Amino acid sequence: MDDEQQGGAGRLALFLGLVLILLAVAVAFAAAIGDYRIGMGTVFLAVTNGLGLTSAEIPPIEQSVVWDLRLSRALVAALAGAGLAICGAILQALLRNALAEPFVLGISAGASTGAVAVIVLGIGAGSLTLSMGAFAGAFAAFALVAMLSNGATSGPNHTILAGVAASQLFNALTSSIVTTSGNAQQARDVMFWLLGSFGGVRWPDFQLLVLVVSAGLALCLFMARSLDAFTFGDEDAAALGVPVGRTRLILFAATALMTATIVSMVGTIGFVGLVVPHAARYVVGPLHLRLLPACAAVGALFLVLADIASRVVAHQQTIPIGVVTALVGVPFFAIILYRARPQT
Amino acid sequence: MSVIAQNLIWGVRRRTIVNDVSLTVAEGETLGLIGPNGSGKSSLLRLLAGLKSPGSGRVEILGQDIARVSRRALARQVAFVQQNATTDTNMSVRDVVRLGRTPHRSPLTGWTMADEAAVSTALEQVDMAGLRGQAWQTLSGGERQRVHIARALAQSPRVMFLDEPTNHLDIHHQIEILRMVRRLDLTSIVALHDLNLAAMFCDRIVVLQGGRVVACGVPAEVLTRSLLRDVFRVEAEVTPGPYPGQPHIRFMAA
Ligand SMILES: Nc1ncnc2c1ncn2[C@@H]1O[C@H](COP(=O)(O)OP(=O)(O)OP(=O)(O)O)[C@@H](O)[C@H]1O
Ligand SMILES: [Mg+2]
Repeated sequence: MDDEQQGGAGRLALFLGLVLILLAVAVAFAAAIGDYRIGMGTVFLAVTNGLGLTSAEIPPIEQSVVWDLRLSRALVAALAGAGLAICGAILQALLRNALAEPFVLGISAGASTGAVAVIVLGIGAGSLTLSMGAFAGAFAAFALVAMLSNGATSGPNHTILAGVAASQLFNALTSSIVTTSGNAQQARDVMFWLLGSFGGVRWPDFQLLVLVVSAGLALCLFMARSLDAFTFGDEDAAALGVPVGRTRLILFAATALMTATIVSMVGTIGFVGLVVPHAARYVVGPLHLRLLPACAAVGALFLVLADIASRVVAHQQTIPIGVVTALVGVPFFAIILYRARPQT
Repeated sequence: MSVIAQNLIWGVRRRTIVNDVSLTVAEGETLGLIGPNGSGKSSLLRLLAGLKSPGSGRVEILGQDIARVSRRALARQVAFVQQNATTDTNMSVRDVVRLGRTPHRSPLTGWTMADEAAVSTALEQVDMAGLRGQAWQTLSGGERQRVHIARALAQSPRVMFLDEPTNHLDIHHQIEILRMVRRLDLTSIVALHDLNLAAMFCDRIVVLQGGRVVACGVPAEVLTRSLLRDVFRVEAEVTPGPYPGQPHIRFMAA
């Protein structure tokens, strides 16, 4: 290994270390902050209690709030952020489009239709069926896009157009379901879900998500070099020995699976998948073996911070997380665009 | 034989773009591919390199039918320099050339000494070692082209396809690159527009017109006044060049 590459690896390690420390601090804050404030010391003890490392005497209510409600919520937020950012990076590389993000394949629209159908039409009841509805909708949209773009082999622009068509179709379905059979309260529920919400996530969500996101990250890292080979287009990737059609299909399916799982738990949270890869690329460069871990770490930190912000900005109320990510993300994105503009 | 193509036919809808092309290229030979715009040179190169599959016919490279070899195995032996490749990604010259090592690396192996040596040598061969740290997007057209050739060289191929590799290069680098390609111990098939360069650096020349091979042979046999008139629609004077077997072409205005 030459020193240039070692320099890059060192830089990545430093950056990852820094972001992960910040992430730990942010998660601790997320567990402490809220309408019912809990001291940091208690948070720490509640966590070690929960892990079974200690059995310190703290009020059961505080133990329960920290461990059962806030910690699981913060960790789900972190995983959702990591997953969305990874998906964004993958899609930007495969579609060779700086605007690509996890929802470009129509997945969020499909998930919304599925969830709304469950909420409004009352197919089944309870959060499990809601998730399953969202998941089914997401995969229906993905299947449609894959079909319209010939199993993802017909080129980036074609895939994006197919995604736009699928999004339009499913958004129209969602609107028609809401307007024809919704009442005011249901419309509010739907709205909240469409803008994303971490309310109501618990440990089982975390367990599923940790499995899906780490498997997704591992698969994408395994294929990182193939992703790099797409830099100069599909044909060029083929000339470098990458089986283009198969690689695209596997990676699209992986992003669809990750996105659908995330959306089915917390709704559609925009902007993370778009902004974070650009920010991470700015720091660690475009090669995916470095970019993907950086995206995961930054995405996790970003959503945990956004979740904290959504809970503290308005007293006694929670702003939808999607609103916060956009409000925080846009100025941040503007800075990156400005700093990264071509030097003329 | 290093490359054998038999009766290749490829087209879109009703139009046949590559029409019944057969050719053979010997180990170490440099074959020039010439023809007017739209005659099918790029299409034929893609078929030969396995980037497109022919409607009918077959291609054999180093004794193997390329339709039956995996993309990765093929890419370890065959490199392709595209006519124009671009990207929006902000990558350094070094990283672009490193992509050439893709088919030789598995997901779990690190960057080896052999990889590094291939990349450094390739950068030196195209005279780009000095700009290895520069961003690819800031390079001039000719520099980009040289980086792409370096990337193909870093692939350590035994057969190389080049689609107009010299069209952005200054005259020094046109000559240097073609001289290097010819001298290297590999089989190369080069699409060229500059007929004098083709005459200087190709062992044999194939002339395409409307997707068909209309002439094939050593430069002195192929590049004749009547062929230039029929295929390229130009009047020219063909004289023996300074070296045997390398005719010199002087074009004439009307
Ligand atoms: N995918 C395609 N669909 C339709 N027509 C095509 C396609 N690919 C190539 N062609 C047509 O086939 C013909 C041959 O194209 P090709 O790129 O092989 O020409 P070429 O000899 O490389 O020309 P040039 O000298 O301009 O590079 C052109 O007329 C082109 O318009
Ligand atoms: Mg061409």
